[in-house]
Formats: sequence, C-alpha cells, structure tokens
Amino acid sequence: MNGNNPPRVAIVDYQAGNLYSVEHACRCAGMEPWVTSDPKSLSGVAGVILPGVGAFGDAMRALRDSGLADALIDFSHSGRPLIGICLGMQLLLGESHEFGRHRGLELIEGEVRRLQISTTNRAARVPHVGWSRIYPATRGSQLVDWAATPLNGIEPGQSMYFVHSYVVCPAQRDLVVAESVHGDTVFCSALRRKNVWAFQFHPEKSGPRGIQLYRNIAGLFQADTSMPLAGESRDGSPRRELRHAA
Amino acid sequence: MSVRVIPRLDIKGPNLVKGVHMEGLRVLGKPEQFARHYYESGADELLYMDVVASLYGRNSLLDLIERTAREVFIPLTVGGGIRSVADIRRVLRAGADKVAINTEAVRRPEFICEAAHVFGSSTIVVSIEAIRQSDGRYLAYTDCGREWTGLDAVDWAVKAAELGAGELLVSSVDRDGTGKGFDVELTRQIARLVSVPVIASGGAGQLEHVCEVVDRGSADAVGLASLLHYDFVRSGAPSGHATTPKTQEGNLEFVRRQTAWSAIRSVPLAEVKQCLWNSGVDCRLN
Repeated sequence: MNGNNPPRVAIVDYQAGNLYSVEHACRCAGMEPWVTSDPKSLSGVAGVILPGVGAFGDAMRALRDSGLADALIDFSHSGRPLIGICLGMQLLLGESHEFGRHRGLELIEGEVRRLQISTTNRAARVPHVGWSRIYPATRGSQLVDWAATPLNGIEPGQSMYFVHSYVVCPAQRDLVVAESVHGDTVFCSALRRKNVWAFQFHPEKSGPRGIQLYRNIAGLFQADTSMPLAGESRDGSPRRELRHAA
Repeated sequence: MSVRVIPRLDIKGPNLVKGVHMEGLRVLGKPEQFARHYYESGADELLYMDVVASLYGRNSLLDLIERTAREVFIPLTVGGGIRSVADIRRVLRAGADKVAINTEAVRRPEFICEAAHVFGSSTIVVSIEAIRQSDGRYLAYTDCGREWTGLDAVDWAVKAAELGAGELLVSSVDRDGTGKGFDVELTRQIARLVSVPVIASGGAGQLEHVCEVVDRGSADAVGLASLLHYDFVRSGAPSGHATTPKTQEGNLEFVRRQTAWSAIRSVPLAEVKQCLWNSGVDCRLN
C-alpha cells in the first residue's frame, strides 16, 4: 500500500449471498468497501466487485430489474477494474445453461456450462465443493505470468476454495489466466479481459492466500484510480458495439 | 479433490457445547475463540450448529456469524432452526456460505428444491441425524436425535440429493460424542448411492477414525468436534487466555476439571491433516 487513502470499492448487492465476507475481506486487505444496490453509485468508486452465490437466472433478473446490469456494463467501459467472483464471474459471460437458458451481461464472449465429469470417481462430484489447486494457464507454449495479475505472489498449485456446478468457457482462450482440475475436467478458474478480472473460486473463503489476492486487488484499484477514466460517458455506445459484434 | 476437515461447533446460546448422543451438553467455551483457533490451524471449513434452535423455532446465531465472518476467511455452514427462504437469506447475509437443514426438509421436502433454486444447490446442505437400529437399518431423526421422522436414513439421503441438496451432512447420533469412531457403514451406504459430497460426523475419538471413514466410508469431508475441542481447551487458547464461557449457566464441569471421556484422544487439527496426508489422502496442508 502506498500512502494514499484506501481505495473505495463498490460491492454489488443483488440480494443473493455472502456479501459480509467479501466486505470484510476487502476491509482486511486495506480497501474501503461499500455494499450497494444503487446503480448510480458505481460511477464514483475506484473499482467494483460483483460477488455471487446462487442461481444464474435469478441473479440476472435481479440485476436487470434493478438497473444494475446496465450500470455494470457502463462501469466496465470506464476502464476501472471490475472484479467478478464465482457466480459474479459467470454473469459476465454471454449466456448460461443453468436451469434453462439465460443471457448474461455479455462483457466476455462465451458461455457458462455445467461441469461435465465423465469419470465415476467419487471425488469428482458436481457441485464441485471444496479446495482445489490453481495453475497458470498456458498461452501457446508458455505459462501465463501471474506477476502482472492479482495472483502475484501466489504459488502455482495453491489451493483455493470453490463452490460451483457451472464453469465459464470464454470464446477466446487467451483470456484464461488460471486453470483448475475437477475429476477429468480442466476448467477456467481465473480470467481477464482488459479491466475485467474474474475468479471462479472464493478468495474471501480461501484463507490467508485468498486475503493476499484481495490485497493485490486493492493495489489494482489504487493504481487505476489515477488513470484517465476513458469512455466514462453513459451513452451506452460501447455496449451497443459489443452487442452488434456478438 | 481435497478431503475437507471441518470442525463442528455445536452452539447453545453464547456457548460452544458438546454432548454425548447429542444430549447432556457440556459447556466448552466461547465459539469465536474456537473458530479463530481452527482457522489459524488450517481448518478447511467451519460448521456452526445451533443445537436448540429447532426447539425454540428460531435462529439465534446471527450475531455470532457476523463476528466470525469478520476474522475467519474460510467457508462457514450454519444449521439449526432454518425454516424458510427468508431464514436462509438472513444467515447468508450475516456471512454464512451454506445452510444445513434438517427438520424443515423432513417436514416439507419440496423446501430443498425451493431453496436450491433460489440459492443454488451448492448452498444447501441437508443434515441427516441417523440412529442405527438393532436390525442394522438406519433411521432418520430430528431435534438432536429426539424425534423419529418416520424415514429410513439412507432412503432419505438419496431423496434429499435428488431434490437438490448440494451436500449431505450425515451425523450418527448413537456415535456422537462417544469417541467410538464414525459409523463407517452408514457413511459408506449413503456415499455410494448419492452423487453429492457426504460429510461424515459423529464419533471421532482418535486420528485413525478419520482415515477410516475417508478410506472405507468414502466420506468427502469429516466433521470433528470432541477430537479437536478437548485438545484446544486443554492446551488453552494460543495466547494463554482462558476460553472462559460468557455465562455461568450450563454444565461447566469439563472446563473446570478438563477431563474428557477417556475414549477420546484429542489432537490438534494439523495432526489430523498430516495423518490423512500420510495415509495417501489428498488434503490441503498449510
């Protein structure tokens, strides 16, 4: 932490889940968290965390009905960091197949699919609940360097805590930052697209290593507050562009 | 995937308690201190069970959950007196990650389905309290093994998983607190029939019991109480401050005299992990 004020971070509240832990992890990591369900409030913060526990369809409905969906899309175009965690990661994708077909926020091209496990190994049940290791994704013949990411300082192979039945499948493989294995399936456990970062595991539930990740996120928020906030206008044109492209 | 070691904290009012066969509760100390100690020792999750909530029809754990979530960054499952979607929402908003449901799931099985639909299956743990009968069958109970549900525990486990339970917490009431070892057969029968994770609970009295229920019982996680609690009380809190209960109510005999059942050879949590690891079980070492 440099001597600046703690970065102000909005934790998006859409009535589904564990915000208290996210809030306390933020505080523990030197951030000033603010739990909010007001779409207008996102404009004045250094970063936004979209957490989530629950079902995709209900969550998207809640985000749309409250106006938060549009606010999140606008925020993502501001260039400031947007962090999705667990269901919050999945909501960033184009669509999900959980309990029917649902459109997501479409910030990242791709879809959310049920974890498919072909082995009958009892340790490979769905939902995937528990501690699994995270590894750097491969990009060509090289491993993604975590040093430039919020995973900086975390050992490859460190265990993190997962609770999910679905996984994200981004259309662009080079967005994948970390991968994990459940049964015989390799899935994306962290991804990045520009200023949007997302983690399938719960860093706020992953013990001291998870808190370290939050500290790195705090650093990211702090760095980015000094950046020019490109494209902050709320005319929605970048979103339209994205929709056309999809 | 790693086998999880989950300290189970039975809570009555402001105190951590432990009984035998879920009865005759003795006061062991303040739950927060145990929770923090287990977090620092490498626990994979914590389980809070409000052991009187079903009797009073309410959940008195919210303050404790909030205090715990401020300093403990591992998953927390909360059970006891959860009867509605609104109850679940309250507990999750206080900082819990999952809820364990027994009585209401038995009374109204469609509640499992409802809850799973709103919060996702992974948030819903169905808690099954089983008692082994003389003919070898297992029957399911509620209210700490006091009320028979009319259900066969193994059949009920299968149905609960079908209805959307994300995990099953399978507790043996007749082994609880005795230190005689888990009911491996109960765990095995359920684990081989369901596709969701099974947390075995009740009876661990020594390290070998933990390895046994993972190896032969196919448990995905173990719930431990006496095995860990008595060690922590005896060794005192890490900084030397006593785990003095907040009130003088309840049976304080154990805390005063520090005598556990001789059947329980309590150990620190790290030794449980090391023992599992040494026997070839994948678990998370700090």
